[in-house]
Amino acid sequence: MTDSTIQHSDVFAIALHHRFQWEEAQQSYVILFPEGMVKLHGGAGEVIKRVDGKATVGDIVAELKAAFPDANNIEADIIGMFEMAYGKAWIRKVN
Amino acid sequence: MTQNSLGDSAVQMAVHAQNNGVAASITHTQPLWLLAEVTYRCPLHCAFCYNPTDYDKHTQNELTTEQWIQALRDARKMGAIQLGISGGEPLLRDDIEDIVIEAKKLGYYSNLITSGVGLTEKRIQAFKDGGLDHIQLSMHDITEEINNFITNTKTFELKKKVAAMIKNHGYPMVLNVVIHRYNIGHIKEILEMAEALGADYVELANTQYYGWSLVNRSQLMPLKEQIDEAERITNEFRQKVGNKMKIFFVVPDYFGNRPKKCMNGWGEVFMIVTANGDVLPCHSARVLPNMQFPNVRDSGLEYAWKESPAFNKYRGTAWMKGPCVTCPEKMNDLAGCRCQAFLLTGDAESADPVCSLSPNHHLIEKAIEDSKNPVLASQPIIFRTDKNSKKYVAGDKERVEEFHALP
Repeated sequence: MTDSTIQHSDVFAIALHHRFQWEEAQQSYVILFPEGMVKLHGGAGEVIKRVDGKATVGDIVAELKAAFPDANNIEADIIGMFEMAYGKAWIRKVN
Repeated sequence: MTQNSLGDSAVQMAVHAQNNGVAASITHTQPLWLLAEVTYRCPLHCAFCYNPTDYDKHTQNELTTEQWIQALRDARKMGAIQLGISGGEPLLRDDIEDIVIEAKKLGYYSNLITSGVGLTEKRIQAFKDGGLDHIQLSMHDITEEINNFITNTKTFELKKKVAAMIKNHGYPMVLNVVIHRYNIGHIKEILEMAEALGADYVELANTQYYGWSLVNRSQLMPLKEQIDEAERITNEFRQKVGNKMKIFFVVPDYFGNRPKKCMNGWGEVFMIVTANGDVLPCHSARVLPNMQFPNVRDSGLEYAWKESPAFNKYRGTAWMKGPCVTCPEKMNDLAGCRCQAFLLTGDAESADPVCSLSPNHHLIEKAIEDSKNPVLASQPIIFRTDKNSKKYVAGDKERVEEFHALP
């Protein structure tokens, strides 16, 4: 198994054969892949939508902190989301 | 085609994410998954096929390309997002390319579920260009002998060729292997083959007993010990390959104490449009008595899903009777599978006999005993052929009636 510790310098992209899109009927973002899909609740969608193969985890944390200044301690939540998404292989590390 | 191949995992995840797995609101359900069973024609004759034994009467009145495209549009509007193109063998239709293009346009994640027979370089290129997301290939065994026997065809070499073709076109390699007595001893070799082919996903789908597989149940069912061993080998293999190859092991319900939450609930997330346009909440619902299923030719999918008596009949819990209605676990499995309850007990509203709390659970125990009976096990297998299906249509139901064991 790959080491799932997330570093601020890590860069992720959506995993191969996975698709991330907004679903109007569900009013949420989803990740689609062979044999399955996951529906992402608000915060999770905000994180994954910024995963583009270029931004580092640090960039994304900074961007979300700026976008949601009232949210407390969101950094831990964001890192947690990366850990889960990487652990489930929805995203892949590109650097 | 296998019943198991249609995304138990998908639905589990979707529902889980929706309501933390707790009772989805029955009035706000959405058909997340559309299964298009575009034809019942098939070049293979698999002994475990879940298709209805009387499929032959639905092979002459298939929907047109335009009707399929309309169905895709209507379902997408209602929230369907995963599209399975299945059958029979879907490649026997020459308009799959058009269906794929429309699916892409509409934003579906589309999946062609195929035996591989009829997949050519030209067609796979057209699917790729059209935006088909993945192809699920059925494999049967590592040995030519068992592959050819259980499908009643000579398709072993072809399947390996098709697997390579799928990989070469940059598709994820999704293999589905139906597990039964004849291949359960080869799980390790099957997984090694999958790894060698570069599989990304492998579904080891223990046979569930509907349609043709119910007719052949005594000949197909493995022993409990064999299933435990297969699961152990699968877990070991998972440890070894990690995330590189995802392996799903679909546990057979006959050997559990509680039934499966069939289709994640009747009319909750799955909608099936069959070759002739009937709209069903599950693959084998047509076996149920006194049910009038809607048809896309008469009324749209929105009516079928929301209004039709058939889709509302077993939604939620109001239809249940004892022991389910007072059972504290009823939300876990929604009383199991209606088709299995009917096929085995003659009463579609009774508890799925797989449940150890069902008064009919002895029927499952008997089936397991029968599978060990050398006389029954040596009965000839009835393969899924047009000829055999015509016999069922004509009313030769001798082998089916046996299962209505109750008065």
